[in-house]
Parts: sequence; C-alpha cells; structure tokens
Amino acid sequence: MDKNISFTLKVWRQRGPKAKGAFETYQMKDIPGDTSFLEMLDILNEQLVNENKEPIVFDHDCREGICGMCSLYVNGHPHGPATGATTCQLYMRRFKDGDTITVEPWRSAGFPVIRDLMVDRTAFDKIQQAGGYVSINTGGMPDANAIPIGKDVAEEAMDAAACIGCGACVAACKNGSAMLFVSAKVSQFALLPQGKVEAKKRVKAMVAKMDELGFGNCTNTRACEAECPKCVSISNIARLNREFIKAKMKD
Amino acid sequence: MAKISSVKVDSKIPEGPLAEKWTNYKAHQKLVNPANKRKLDIIVVGTGLAGASGAASLGAMGFNVLNFCIQDSPRRAHSIAAQGGINAAKNYQNDGDSVYRLFYDTIKGGDYRAREANVHRLAEVSGAIIDQCVAQCVPFAREYGGLLANRSFGGAQVSRTFYARGQTGQQLLLGAYSALNYQVNQGTVKVFTRYEMLDLVVIDGRARGIIARNLVTGKVERFAAHAVVIATGGYGNAYFLSTNAMGSNGSAALQCYRKGAYFANPCYAQIHPTCIPVHGDKQSKLTLMSESLRNDGRIWVPKKLEDAKALQAGTKHPNDIPDEDRDFYLERRYPAFGNLVPRDVASRAAKERCDKGFGVNNTGLAVFLDFKYAIQRLGEDVVRQRYGNLFDMYEEIADTNPYKEPMMIFPAIHYTMGGIWVDYELQTSIPGLFAIGEANFSDHGANRLGASALMQGLADGYFVLPYTIQNYLADQIQVPRFSTDAPEFVEAEKAVNDKIAKLMAIKGTRSVDSIHKELGLVMWDNVGMARTKESLEKALKEIARVEKIFWSELRIPGDADTLNIELEKALRLLDFIEIGKLMAYDALNREESCGGHFREEHQTEEGEAKRDDENFSYVACWKYTGEGEEPELLKEDLNYQYIKVQQRNYKN
Amino acid sequence: MWLFNSSVGRKVVMSVSGIALVLFLLFHMSMNLVAIFSTEGYNMICEFLGANWYALVGTAGLAALVVVHFVYAFMLTIQNRKARGSQRYAVVEKPKNVSWASQNMLVLGIIVILGLGLHLFNFWANMQLPEVLHKLGMHVEDAVMADVANGSGYIAKTFTCPVYAALYTVWLAALWFHLTHGFWSAIQTLGVNNKVWFCRWKAIGNVIVTLIILGFFAVVVAGYFGLGALGTIEVAAPAACCAPCC
Repeated sequence: MDKNISFTLKVWRQRGPKAKGAFETYQMKDIPGDTSFLEMLDILNEQLVNENKEPIVFDHDCREGICGMCSLYVNGHPHGPATGATTCQLYMRRFKDGDTITVEPWRSAGFPVIRDLMVDRTAFDKIQQAGGYVSINTGGMPDANAIPIGKDVAEEAMDAAACIGCGACVAACKNGSAMLFVSAKVSQFALLPQGKVEAKKRVKAMVAKMDELGFGNCTNTRACEAECPKCVSISNIARLNREFIKAKMKD
Repeated sequence: MAKISSVKVDSKIPEGPLAEKWTNYKAHQKLVNPANKRKLDIIVVGTGLAGASGAASLGAMGFNVLNFCIQDSPRRAHSIAAQGGINAAKNYQNDGDSVYRLFYDTIKGGDYRAREANVHRLAEVSGAIIDQCVAQCVPFAREYGGLLANRSFGGAQVSRTFYARGQTGQQLLLGAYSALNYQVNQGTVKVFTRYEMLDLVVIDGRARGIIARNLVTGKVERFAAHAVVIATGGYGNAYFLSTNAMGSNGSAALQCYRKGAYFANPCYAQIHPTCIPVHGDKQSKLTLMSESLRNDGRIWVPKKLEDAKALQAGTKHPNDIPDEDRDFYLERRYPAFGNLVPRDVASRAAKERCDKGFGVNNTGLAVFLDFKYAIQRLGEDVVRQRYGNLFDMYEEIADTNPYKEPMMIFPAIHYTMGGIWVDYELQTSIPGLFAIGEANFSDHGANRLGASALMQGLADGYFVLPYTIQNYLADQIQVPRFSTDAPEFVEAEKAVNDKIAKLMAIKGTRSVDSIHKELGLVMWDNVGMARTKESLEKALKEIARVEKIFWSELRIPGDADTLNIELEKALRLLDFIEIGKLMAYDALNREESCGGHFREEHQTEEGEAKRDDENFSYVACWKYTGEGEEPELLKEDLNYQYIKVQQRNYKN
Repeated sequence: MWLFNSSVGRKVVMSVSGIALVLFLLFHMSMNLVAIFSTEGYNMICEFLGANWYALVGTAGLAALVVVHFVYAFMLTIQNRKARGSQRYAVVEKPKNVSWASQNMLVLGIIVILGLGLHLFNFWANMQLPEVLHKLGMHVEDAVMADVANGSGYIAKTFTCPVYAALYTVWLAALWFHLTHGFWSAIQTLGVNNKVWFCRWKAIGNVIVTLIILGFFAVVVAGYFGLGALGTIEVAAPAACCAPCC
C-alpha cells in the first residue's frame, strides 16, 4: 500500500492575462500516494473553498491522459517528472515526504495565461484550421479497403496521430516552438495516400500559420520529444522540414 | 406514482419494409437548395463524435453553423477517450457479418428495447462511416497485406470492430475535428470554445436559439438560429464517480427537457465491467480499461471463500492460487460467449460474485482480469503489441504490473442509453430541436454493445442528421435570421442570470463537489447496478435531501461575472439532481429488468434479467411539468415486426 | 522569400551555411596537418592561397557564410526569446536526452566567433591581408611582405606561446560542442533524417567533427611542443609574441 506524504506546494496564481502573477505556498498534509496529481489539487481546492477562498483554476477533463486538456509545469517538467504520461496520470507516490513541488502554467507567448494555471491554447486550433485536414465533404467515399496501406506506414501514421494537442512541446521548448505538434499532424497526413494529395498546400499553410502566431524556431534541442506525454518522435519534425522544403522548391 | 398520459408518442417511422425505410425516406424527404442553405443558421452544441461530424457535415452542405463546446478546443470532447473500436457491417473478415446481423445483434444486445427502424438504419450506414474515416486519414489498424484489421467485441460472434490501437475514439474524433477545421477554414462553421449552453430559446413552439455563458468572461450571451442540435453526450456523472470526463454533464439536455422536450428511458445507464476499482474517498473519476481486453483476458475470482478472504486481507498473492481453484465465472455461466458477454451481463455477474464474498481486493469489490493465459498462448510481445498502452496505464494507476499478475477490475458507470427523446428524424418533441449521439436515446435500447457508441455518434452526425434536418429546414427558408432582441431571448437570458444570482446568494459552507459526492453515493447505492422498489423510493427521498442541502449550504467563492469554476460545477450539479430524480422515477416505473436496468424483484431463477414485454415494451418519455412537480409519463410503443422478441441467451 | 520569412526557411539557411562551414573546416584542418609533416609543403599551400582571385573569392564566400550564419543566429534567438514569453519558469530541469550544447548554441557560437577574431588577428592579418593591401598599392612593410606565405612560421610562433595554445584549445572545445549539435541539427533541419538514420547521423556527425577538431588540436600540440616539422622552426622569444594579448 502507498504511504501518505506531506509536502509544500508552490502554485502560480494569476488573475488574468495582463495581471501580475506570483507564487502562493500551501502546506499539504497526509496525501495518499495513490492520489493523482489533479486529485491532490482537488483536495487543495476543497480546502480553499472551505476557507471561502477562490480555488486554483487549472484545465482538466478526461483524467485518462487522452483529451490533452490538462497541462501544468511541475518541478521543471511539463506534465511533471513522469515520462510518457500527462499530469492527470501522475500519481503522488512519485514524490517524497517533505518535497517542495512547484506548479507553473505553460509559459509561452503563444499560450497566454487565462487564470492561474489555465492557458489559452486556441493557437493550436488555428494552426489545424489552416490546413490540418483532408479537403473532403461527407459521403461518397471509396471503399475503405480500396487503397491498401502498408502496416508499417499505418503504424507510423498512428504514432504521429497519437498527439493529444496538449502543448507540452511548446511548454518544454526554450524557443517556444510548436514544431513537434505541427509536424505530428503534417506527418500523419503526409504518410497516408489520402492525405498526400494536398500535402504541399497543407504543410505551407500550417507552417505559415504557426509562424504568424508567434511560435519560435526549432533548434532541435529535442526537449519536446523528451517531455511529450505521447512520446511523439522528432523524426516527424524532419519529415515536416522535408515536406516543406520540397513544397517550396516546387514553387 | 407519476402521472401517465394516455397520449401515445409518434416516432414517425416511415412506411415500407424495414430494409427500405431509410432509402425511401431519403428519396422522398424535402431538401433545401444550395442558395437557401446559406441563409439558414444551425446551432450545434457539443463537439464530440456526433457534434463535430454533424457540424462539419452541415457546414459542408452549405448551412451556416455555430458550434459550441465547453472545453478549450473541440478536440477535447470525451468521445476522445473511447478506446476499443467502432463496429461496422463490412464483413471484411468473411465471417458471416451483414447489415442484418449487426442490426440483430444491436437489438438483442439492447435487450429488445430499441426501435427496429432506427437500428437498421444505423447498421446500414455503418460501412460508410469507415469509408469516410479512412478518407480523412484515420490510421486504423491494418494487416500486413495493407487491408483493415478487425477485432471482436462483446455481444457479437463476428469480428466487425475497427480500431486504432487503444485510441479509436481519439482517432475518430480527430478525424471529425479535422473535417470541422476544414469547414471553419471554408467559413461555414464558427466554433465557440469555452462556452456553456445554459438555456434553450423557444419561439412560437420552435427551437430558435440558445443562451450560453462565456466561461472565460462569465458573460451570458444570446445566439439565434433556425434549428438547434444537441450533441452534449450523456449524464453518467450524476453518479459523481464514472468513466465520464470531469466536465461531462447533462445540463444542455436538461434545459431542453425543462423547455418541453421529452426525456426518454433515463434509467438505462450502462455499467462497464472493466474499470479500475475505486481506491479511496479522494478519487475524482474512474478509469476504464477497454472492453477489448476481454478478447484475451480471462475473468475470475477464487472458487474457495477462504482464498477470497486471504486476498482481501492481503495475505495471499493471486498467482499462488492454482488454476483448479479459480472460478472463471463468465466462461462457466455463458459457455457460448464466455468472457465476451455484453456489458450489463458481465457487470452483474461480477457484482453477484462480490456480493457472495468472492471479491479480491481490500474492499471486496473487484475481480481479476488475467492475461497469464494469453501470454502463455501468444507470448508477451504479442500481448504488449495489442494492449501495451492499456497495460502501462493500468500500472501507472494501480502500481502493479499486469504482465506479472492479474489486473483487478470492477464495474463502473460508463454510458447512458437514455437521453432526449427523438423521432426517426432525430427531432425531439420540440420542433427544430434535434438531438444526436449519446445525448439522444435512440439506438441502443436498454444496453449498448461495445464499439457501438462511436458508430452511433458518427452515423447520426455524418449520415442521418444532415438528411433529416433538411426535411425540417425546407419549411424554414422563408424565415429570416432572428434578432436576439426578441422577448423570448431577453426572458431566457434573464432567467439564466436570475438562476446564477440565486446560486451565488446561497453563501453556505459546502463545496459543490462535496454535495455532488453525496448525490453520487445515493445514486450508486440506490439507482445502481441492482435496484428495488425500496431502494428507488429511498433514492427519491435522499435526492430531495441532497437538493435541500444544495439550496441551503452551497458555497461559491468568487464572482459570477468572470471565470468561476465553482459556479460552472454548481449549475451542472443542479441539473444532475434533476436527472437523478428522473432516473429514479423511470426505474421505479419500469417494473421489469432489461439491459442496464436491473430490478431485483424481476429476475429468472438463474439470476438473469427478466423482461416483461407485455407491459413494458415501450419507450418511457418523461415530460416536464414544472419545478418541484412530478414529471408526466408518455409512452412510445415498441413494435417488433421483423425480430422475434425472446429472452437474451448468451449461453449457447 | 521563404528563406527569410518562414521558420523552416530560416533554419535551412542556418543549416546550409553551417554545413558549408563544416566542409571548409574539414579542408582547413587537412591543410593544417601538412604543417606537422612539412613546413615547405605547408608554406606552398599558403602561397597558393594568397591574394589569388580564387582564394579571394573563397575568402569572400566564407566571410559571407559566417556573416549569414551569425546574423541569422541572432535573428532566430531574438525571435525565439520573444516566442518564449516574458515570464520565465521558476524551476527548469533539463530532460535527460537533451544535450547541453543544443541549448547553448548561441553562447558557443559567440565563443567561436571570438576565437575566429583571434585567429584572423594571428594569421590572416599577417598573411592574406597584407598581400591584398600590397596588391591594392598600399604600403606594407617589407618584413611583413616577406613572411606572408610563411604559415608554418606563424603556427610555430603562435602556439609556442602557452596563452595562445590555451586560448585555441578552449576555442576548439567550444567549436566541438557547437559542431556536434550543429551537424546533426542541420541534417535534421534539411529533413534528411528519420527514425532509422537518427543515431547514424548523430554518429557520422560526431566522427567527422571529432576528426576535424583533433586535426586542428594536433597542430596546436605540435606547435606548442615543437613536434614534427614544426620543431625545426626557430622561434624568437615566446614571451614577446604574447605581448599583444597580455
């Protein structure tokens, strides 16, 4: 059975995008090790409400590691110190009694803070809206088995498609670059025959939108890949570069 | 007892033979020409599989669509968490599948409480869904030959489930999301993220708009349209602990109910057999382990009570119990389907064992799902390839290695078959108001088969609603765009603001969650896996008590005119209380056991659900009669013309 | 123009200029190695690369590459700092597989540039530059003109000085870090990478870069200790040569 732990929690509190934020410190007592990190914040929020204080605002939804809504920069890592997991899948047994745990929002010009630990990630939607799709309407599609697709290609596309759009890559990158996110989407479409048709148009549109929204330039530090909760590979970034250069050369 | 109306509800099922109904309908329905489509606005609330696919398809047809979601992006909707797969009658495996067989399995799986015509249509369009998704670059699993792979799922004897690792829902939703993004790019759809619908606006008996709160600014805003589509999912979070997302709620559906839409079969809630057991009182939600695990995992508890006691006390390790002392109770009771019986059957069987004292964890509320045999048969690598991500997830949560020792699982609230009543056209009892996906009640009867939720959501959004909504809108082309200054809008907005002010003014001492947990416990204990007249009557009293606590002790810190997460939760809880009551009323009324609704008074000698087709072969439609009043029951008779209604048999 | 306007384009410029500079270093290193074996041979190469048109075109090209690489580096860094936002993290922990060099390319680059300045001052200012000035008709002292192709002499003179030898060693170390990340990063940016070639490119890059740096370092060592052909050169007073930098 997991032990209970007590620790100090430093949480970033900020009223709004323009407001000045600061850390607030909370003492957490006897938290069971099988509590998830977000459940630990629930416990804290319950305490705050009981003291008639406003609870800490953070994004979360599915709590199964798939919706990509939870964020949090915990002790210097997006989604905390665990690898291949989101914050909602982080359990308190990973921490030790007496630890100080620092919780910050994603910090990037592309993701302005809304309140406390909640940030605005609509930039990701905008990038996808610029070209992250196959331009087809509903209905009248050829049979699903009409075009065979190699198992290895399908698997590689799936690896890229596993991206949950949480923004940890941007949060981890010292350049605030969104290349891992964009490249995962570009790769999924570029690998599959149905997406290849408009691959050139897509990659140009998505990169242009990404640049326009003020994300940084990739310098291949690989921090994104290391912190990605879905272990999306930077080989996707190489593919994005390749697709982009090819597309521009053709112009 | 609730008032029962003698008026029969008409589902508007088209005439003709079953297999031709949908074709005939499409051939004769009214259409809207392209120039007129541009002039018509449609509000779609929700961006899950049904909402996103619906909004995208309507946008692609040329309608002007306003699409709302409470999350920061349409891609977060909880459809994303569906793991196992999506059914389609493609018969790619040449194992005897057909539209009829999918139709039959779904009706049977639903314990003969679904509409034949709807389910047949669902089976008919299922193949086109897969075609559509492949064209969108959904990376389904494939065989080495390059063709699509299938797996089998509960309640079927064929392999018709398409999947993308353990993330099928994610991939399908991202497909629908990309279709939505295409339409946003084309300017036909406008997406409103972090907006929550708080009321439906009805003008002259027709749905004409919604009132929604901007969750970031706290501002309550008005939106008008020629038709409103509700695609907001299910209400399983009434139980507090469920596999639903934290934000999943039944409020949009409840607002429609309060404005006159019938709420159908609220008591049909699916309890999923393979979830990670509850571990403490701080838990915020339950995590589902995909049903696909039942393909290769074997479910068991000890045969001997002393072994169970030792497991509960932690003095014995499951691996030390020899095979001959293990009771593979599903294989024992249901030889033909074994571990792949439908969810309601598997859940109840687990409860039966645990009630008898054979539970295997410290609370006595868990059974084993063992992969030892699959690893012996297939090797660890194959098992890792098939279920690796699920095993990792399990290990992270439960802190034990499922490759080395059996997983522990227990049933949990997962899906609600009940929902807003809709007719064949997916239109509710309010003209111009449509409901699709889990939010409606239509296709699963009393129990949903695995991998059918994704199918239904996408069927409704891609291939059904885009046709049927035109039949309504064709008569609306003369109606100009509405001004949101109409008195109905002003009134609705005021009602919402008043309600918010009332909540803020309670100024009690208890958090929303603490009250919600109390409601959840009442629901699970009394309206859960097994219900009795007594438990349901108790539930109604207890819910009333919780409601009183809510109105007297609730505390919402902060202000209403800005981002306020406690206020958001309070508004949802208020509606969960109402839903809880509806569920109890419905369960009390339904004096039979069927699918996800099990009344202990009504079971066979072997402990199976015992239906009463004579008296309960109907859809229970509940009509709102006023605040604090008991709802009125209307019936839609279920008429089985093509399938012989019989007791479900998964034994042989 | 996408090479200026797009993030990927800007990185392509960095990569191409970087790879070209690596190739130049490979050539420069091979040339330097000659000095260990034959001072005459080395001086012949120096003469060959004097104020001839092709050498000058090459030099101008190199200068352009350095300037482009340098200017883009600053441009990218400014953009990246802006993209990072004004509020910094309070706690930052470097993930395991992130190399230190990859996060400090600008600092390393600045050290490399400073080293380059020193290098130009030590060698180029005494060799190609006076020759060019002379050709342009400006006055250059005869003593200087006599030595413009005496590369070996300058090597011996510079590296016998311990301060210079140490400075050059630091410079080469910084260059090694800069190039090990730079080479692989350029390949990645040009999109020639994939999962299979990931480690291969990394290994190829490390081998090439290590060879280049070892080659340069060998000359520093040979000069300092007077090994090989460089040992045959008489150097006046080592202390004097250090004067400019002390």
